[in-house]
Amino acid sequence: MSAEGGVQYSKIAEIKGPLVVVDDVSNAAFDELVEIETKEGERRLGKVLEVGNGKAIVQVFEGTTGLSISGTKAKFVGKLMEMPVSKEVLGRVFDGLGRPKDGLPDPIADKFIDINGEPMNPEQREYPKDFIQTGISVIDGMITLVRGQKLPIFSGSGMSHNLVAAQIARQASVVGTQDDFAVVFAAIGVQYSEAEYFRRSLEESGALKRSVLFLNTADDPAIERIITPRVALTVAEYLAFELGMHVLVILTDMTNYAEALREISAAREEVPGRKGYPGYLYTDLSTIYERAGKLNGRKGSVTQVPILSMPSDDITHPIPDLTGYITEGQVVLGRDLFRQGVYPPVNILMSLSRLMKDGIGEGSTRADHGEISNQVYDAYSRAQEVRALAGIVGKAGLTEIDLKYMDVGDVFEKEFLTQATDENRTIEETLTILWKIVSKLPKNEITKIKDKFIDQYYQEK
Amino acid sequence: MAAEGRIVWISGPAVKADGMSEAKMYETVTVGNDKLVGEVIRLTGDVAFIQVYESTAGLKPGEPVVGTGNPLSVLLGPGIIGQIYDGIQRPLKELSKASGSYIGRGITTTPVDMAKKYHFVPTVSNGDEVSAGSVLGTVQESELIENSIMVPPDHKGGKITKIVSEGDYDLETEVATTEKDGQSIPLKMYHKWPVRKPRPFLKRYDPTVPLLTGQRVIDTFFPIAKGGTGSIPGAFGTGKTVTLHQIAKWADSQVVVYIGCGERGNEMTEVLVEFPHLKDPRSGKPLMDRTVLVANTSNMPVAAREASIYTGVTIAEYYRDMGKDVVLVADSTSRWAESLREMSGRLEEMPAEEGYPSYLASRLAEFYERAGRVRASGSPDRDGSVTLVGAVSPSGGDFTEPVTTHTMRFIKTFWALDAKLAYSRHYPSINWMNSYSGYLADIAKWWGENISDDWLSLRSDAYGVLQREDTLKEIVRLLGPEALPDEEKLILEVARMVKIGLLQQNSFDDVDTYCSPEKQYKLLKLLVDFYKRGQQSLKEGAALADIRAMSVVGSMLKARMDVKDDEMAKLDQLDVDMQEQFKSITGVKVRN
Repeated sequence: MSAEGGVQYSKIAEIKGPLVVVDDVSNAAFDELVEIETKEGERRLGKVLEVGNGKAIVQVFEGTTGLSISGTKAKFVGKLMEMPVSKEVLGRVFDGLGRPKDGLPDPIADKFIDINGEPMNPEQREYPKDFIQTGISVIDGMITLVRGQKLPIFSGSGMSHNLVAAQIARQASVVGTQDDFAVVFAAIGVQYSEAEYFRRSLEESGALKRSVLFLNTADDPAIERIITPRVALTVAEYLAFELGMHVLVILTDMTNYAEALREISAAREEVPGRKGYPGYLYTDLSTIYERAGKLNGRKGSVTQVPILSMPSDDITHPIPDLTGYITEGQVVLGRDLFRQGVYPPVNILMSLSRLMKDGIGEGSTRADHGEISNQVYDAYSRAQEVRALAGIVGKAGLTEIDLKYMDVGDVFEKEFLTQATDENRTIEETLTILWKIVSKLPKNEITKIKDKFIDQYYQEK
Repeated sequence: MAAEGRIVWISGPAVKADGMSEAKMYETVTVGNDKLVGEVIRLTGDVAFIQVYESTAGLKPGEPVVGTGNPLSVLLGPGIIGQIYDGIQRPLKELSKASGSYIGRGITTTPVDMAKKYHFVPTVSNGDEVSAGSVLGTVQESELIENSIMVPPDHKGGKITKIVSEGDYDLETEVATTEKDGQSIPLKMYHKWPVRKPRPFLKRYDPTVPLLTGQRVIDTFFPIAKGGTGSIPGAFGTGKTVTLHQIAKWADSQVVVYIGCGERGNEMTEVLVEFPHLKDPRSGKPLMDRTVLVANTSNMPVAAREASIYTGVTIAEYYRDMGKDVVLVADSTSRWAESLREMSGRLEEMPAEEGYPSYLASRLAEFYERAGRVRASGSPDRDGSVTLVGAVSPSGGDFTEPVTTHTMRFIKTFWALDAKLAYSRHYPSINWMNSYSGYLADIAKWWGENISDDWLSLRSDAYGVLQREDTLKEIVRLLGPEALPDEEKLILEVARMVKIGLLQQNSFDDVDTYCSPEKQYKLLKLLVDFYKRGQQSLKEGAALADIRAMSVVGSMLKARMDVKDDEMAKLDQLDVDMQEQFKSITGVKVRN
């Protein structure tokens, strides 16, 4: 990210939080890239948040610690922030602003792309419908992921979201067609050990040379986190739509991103929305999530699996809430299941894949897939009610049919949900277990499946 | 004289320009060297506050701002049907020709193809008196839509001095000329109309005809009338969009305007991919031939999101004025309210609840008041309607937040989506205890005349069972189901059947996705009859277990998927089977 041309300004009028106010500005553009140079010659990057009346408000990505009003210079670079891209980025590790972090030189750029991206024209999108087999039964069977989807994992502190995401990255990329694939991983304010876990996991499966890593760990500047998902997605879009690769983007943890956004909003003294987050949080998040998809006439795809930890496991918190309104479903991890040691601890009742209906069925998975998964949802939800009832009246107070639903719940959790982190199940195996669950019920309880499928797959005792 | 000023300040979609003393409120302006589209929303001295409908990245102070002299308007003429527009009526297909897969900036296009020729059939002759709104002739706009070419609503009327003969003309052809007080005015097949101004009409009717959507929980339990207003609030994942898509697909209206306002890009793509292949159940023609899409997805500029609602409703009123029934679906009004909030924040207005501006309620009221069943202006007599259905996305699923509570004041049908129902895959997840319809009494007459006299009483019976179940559930939760007497257990059983066999509907099932009013009625009657016969047999000594075990129960629950709309005899047969099975179990001794 070099900076040529532009005019030098020296007057810094104010420094507050992550913001710097520059005076006597006559030729700055909104959203323009800014280079801040300290007295000692250290360079930091920022961008223009507001300009006019001779002033510019600049957000400094690396933070303002150590900046002083006298001696600090701001230079308006004359362009928007751009990421250099080429095929050489594969296998590389960058920092949160897209600068090499692996000790190697800058990759030779094929082109420079504005990191903000432009909104895809909905008319030019291709509707995503290609089934991705992740090898994880609960996802393939109940919350199917398709190419070009954005499907977040809603988790809580300490839960196994990283294991799930890494398993998806390993298995989804290996199984299936011979198409070109790539993994773009963006660590946003996570602990070093978590980022390292992903790197190692990709390395062990041999996928590292097809991956691009962007690392902003917990000890890196917080404001940089505004940029990290954007540089990662810029690279992902390049790989997908210019080079025709199928790109899986993992963003973790989006909660840290939203907090960085809140910090800037507060420094600007904006009217806050819920819980102090800015009123435009929804719009801002959408400029990240909506960058998933497929385009007419282009070969590749961008599939996003953002991870976010729900503060206090609260799904109505603004971050998961607004995310859920933008993404195409969600995989929710449940604290209860996690405590019982179930892996993956997915709470299917709260989870959903909006694009599932188009990615399954005859020709992609199997004709009965939609109906069997509906029936299992229904049965598992009944099982939960029966369990709650059993807690009050005891097993003796349950009817014969209630007991069968208890059975359904147990089989579901022990045989279907539970699997090893390196266990890669085919969709046929997954569907067979689903039928085993449903076959615990008498046929007249099966109201969501057509008779022809019951005749074909129901497992008589 | 058009205002010409210079940019002095930029922050996101908000721009201030000075030298704008000639500018008018809500005038559209071009902003910057790239000629971005903007609208004046506040004037202070010679400084205009402008909301820009395109991304302002790269814009600099000092760049020019030029007024157009016109308020934000839409072009109304043949060629709108089947289009997908952005929030300010730029056709997305044309934009993609100019800027490829992504949405570029500063592109000017016409909303419809001005050079396309339509076959015009005049319906007036030289010497006829016409007034604002009068029909001059017709063209076939799409296979399904006959477009009436009308005198613009702000025209002062006069005598026809020229009208072209039947033939093929493009939109710029002057097809007629009127004369009044020595002034002659040429008329083309299109006119423009400012989006923030409701189109005039002669008079408003009470809504008494149901808008049939083919969705049982809507049509049978919480109906909406043609020209009515409805709202569908729900947390994410409760199926708002699927329900709205279902209404857009199956509603018995002639035109559907679907506004994707701050929502997902793929949802609009889904409509674009799916609708051309779906057939209208009444005409057999592709649904796209009656649909207009306005798409301003969440990542598109926020100011254009604010405008998209008005663009959509003005297009809806245009087709209403031709005498058509129009349904407008807005997904989601919460995102529209958020765009108001964002601009209000940039204007540094004093916020009311949760940062929303104090005029949120009046803006919502103005929008919903544009619904109605009306007699259109001009001749000949035409009656049309605009039905407004708005989704609400309450933060955290909390219905006490400002957008939901204000919306509830201005709408008459409320479909409350319930996350708990959605989690158990009960779709559509419309909660029967929290939802309501203010049109029930008004449209009962229609059901009586067209389907059956006892519709309203059957509906009350079924709804009564659901209400009873709701109270009984509390007891069951504490004591278990075995604590209830058989008669109450029967209520639980019937409520379960109503939920599975009637309220639930699988929009992805070829048969179940649309349910005709006849089938809805017969399913309802079957369930209510089952309940009554069940009560009677219990009194006569039958065992509840035997009632539960009747084979007809399973068939009734699957009838919604198994019985096609042209196989009503199968439902009659089910009724016969049910009566017989009840006969066979009564008289059997009570077992323990």
